[in-house]
Amino acid sequence: MAERTARSGRDEEAAASADRMGAEPRKATVFSLQQALNLALQHACEDDDRVLIFGEDVGELGGVFRVTDGLRTKFGTDRVFDTPLAESAIMGMAVGLALAGWRPVPELQFDGFSYPAIDQIVNQVARMHYRSRGTVAMPITLRLPSFGGIRAPEHHSESLETLFAHVPGLKVVSPSSPAEGYHLLRQSIADPDPVIFMEPKSRYWHRESFDPEAPAKTLPAGTSRIVRPGKHATLVAWGAMVARCVETAELAAEDGVELEVLDLRWLKPIDADGLAESVGRTRRAVIVHEAPLTAGLGAEVAALITERCFGTLRAPVQRVTGFDVPYPSGALEDEYLPSIDRILTGVQTVLEYRRG
Amino acid sequence: MDLRRLYRDMLVARRIDEEAIAMQRQGALPSYAPSKGQEAAQVGSAAALDLSRDFAFPTYRDLGAAVAMGVDLVGYLSTHLGTWHGGLYDPVASRFAPFNAVVGGPVTHAVGWAMGAKLDGTGGAAITYFGDGASSQGDVHEAMNFAGVYRLPVVFFCQNNGWAISVPTARQVAGGSVAKRAEGYGIEGVRVDGNDVRAVYEATRQALRSGQPVVIEAMTYRMGPHSTSDDPGRYRTLDEERAWAERDPLLKAAAELSRDELDEAEAHAKEVTRQVREGLLALGDRPGEELFDFVYREPTKALLEQKEAWRANG
Repeated sequence: MAERTARSGRDEEAAASADRMGAEPRKATVFSLQQALNLALQHACEDDDRVLIFGEDVGELGGVFRVTDGLRTKFGTDRVFDTPLAESAIMGMAVGLALAGWRPVPELQFDGFSYPAIDQIVNQVARMHYRSRGTVAMPITLRLPSFGGIRAPEHHSESLETLFAHVPGLKVVSPSSPAEGYHLLRQSIADPDPVIFMEPKSRYWHRESFDPEAPAKTLPAGTSRIVRPGKHATLVAWGAMVARCVETAELAAEDGVELEVLDLRWLKPIDADGLAESVGRTRRAVIVHEAPLTAGLGAEVAALITERCFGTLRAPVQRVTGFDVPYPSGALEDEYLPSIDRILTGVQTVLEYRRG
Repeated sequence: MDLRRLYRDMLVARRIDEEAIAMQRQGALPSYAPSKGQEAAQVGSAAALDLSRDFAFPTYRDLGAAVAMGVDLVGYLSTHLGTWHGGLYDPVASRFAPFNAVVGGPVTHAVGWAMGAKLDGTGGAAITYFGDGASSQGDVHEAMNFAGVYRLPVVFFCQNNGWAISVPTARQVAGGSVAKRAEGYGIEGVRVDGNDVRAVYEATRQALRSGQPVVIEAMTYRMGPHSTSDDPGRYRTLDEERAWAERDPLLKAAAELSRDELDEAEAHAKEVTRQVREGLLALGDRPGEELFDFVYREPTKALLEQKEAWRANG
């Protein structure tokens, strides 16, 4: 079920987690997503000495997005190390390390660089547990800077969630905010199965105040989150598109249209019940993603909604997505990505739809 | 290492190989990848492992290694029976990675495993099996480079058996030698007579205990077809096959053993083969539920729903 923003038991959680460094619960601090992810990696390394962090330029440099900044100094070159520039071997090495009882957290530098590693990810990482009849676990978290919006060169702005979500044995998640990033990364690393952790690179520098020490909360695989409640339609999004949907909802609210924004966050397994609960109330849904339209994850989400809410839907589910084109150069990026205007058009379509 | 033990294991592999082909012809086994001719390379290398700390990453044609390592052979052959892709043996307890049909990819796993062993300070080494065909894969290059950069205890054991299905080594391996490529990675590379079980054993033992990456290219010959679906008559000559038959690794080892020792080995192999055949025929199919059971540590809700739907239609 979708987790509500207003949570109960917050005080209990805070008290229960005052353990780290034996201090009083710290007050909320402002973190960027990049800093929150960095902290999550740091805490994961502190809590479990089997966690290993590796990839291209993650050591001395701290990663091209600085997500691993300072970790090599803190944990040493045995646990945080640079690899030669070969994505397939990075993932193959992760398989071997997992087999030897380690908990690998590799980084592939950019989404588009995961293609050379697809054989290892699909044929090995995703299948080893199945192939070995459950005797070999693959607790691998692949950190993958993902999606567009930063005027990057070719192959640096891909949205690969459908590709990975289609592979049995993988879990796929994408955080939409610093707090989400922190907790979802902790959860992913703790997960006993392989997780593709898609970091929305256009949100790395977005800042938010939260207290990473306080919540002992986890965000288990298959949960979603209602970011903004509403009653006229549900916007379903993940990663960087969540913030864009919230912006859209704020604009729509000025015209008296109350849009609910559901952050799907786990793209496999998907929170079908949470989707049904929200759309069951609002009776209209617009799915927003950066990936191309055809066979994108929006199609799966639309099918789940239709299967569960057909009787109550007031309009066909709409999809506002990237186009069926290769991800374009920076000059055309804004034409490609779902804009607030395009999302509003999708909303208008579901609101104005009349049968027959 | 006692040659009698090595010969015994080689003969077990040979007899099971013959039995598996017979079972395939009888329709009891859907397909099989014969290892005939490569027993010395497989048994000699695997016998050199210290099973308390080393680990092997096999290909789909490493029956001899499984025999020498004491892997449950019914479990190993169950993959050919079509029971379960990875086999039914316990890979962790057996120190023998799940049966893997990807060519080249698993070589990188040995590098990761060796790094893990090095971090744990176990003194263990990984051995990864691959062939002359797999040596063309980018993953094999990447793996050797990684092992060279990190100085990891990995033995890259190439069985150069002359043929990658229908393509001969001359049209597969530029430069003509996989072992020579090691120099480019700053690691040791040696070529051994892959049909001399003691030479293979000795080279592998030294490599495993060196604590360093080593490429061993064992020159051998795939005496049978690539698989039971293959027809070598379309791409190689009988003369070539006859010439290699004279260098059969079992003949070479047998020449140094007594009649009694050979008879004892034959009786042992016959008994093991009988047990494996009976075990395979008695195995039966896996319960249908297992279709869903090992995808994740805990099944997802969607998978449980699919399992329920499958059950309802059963």
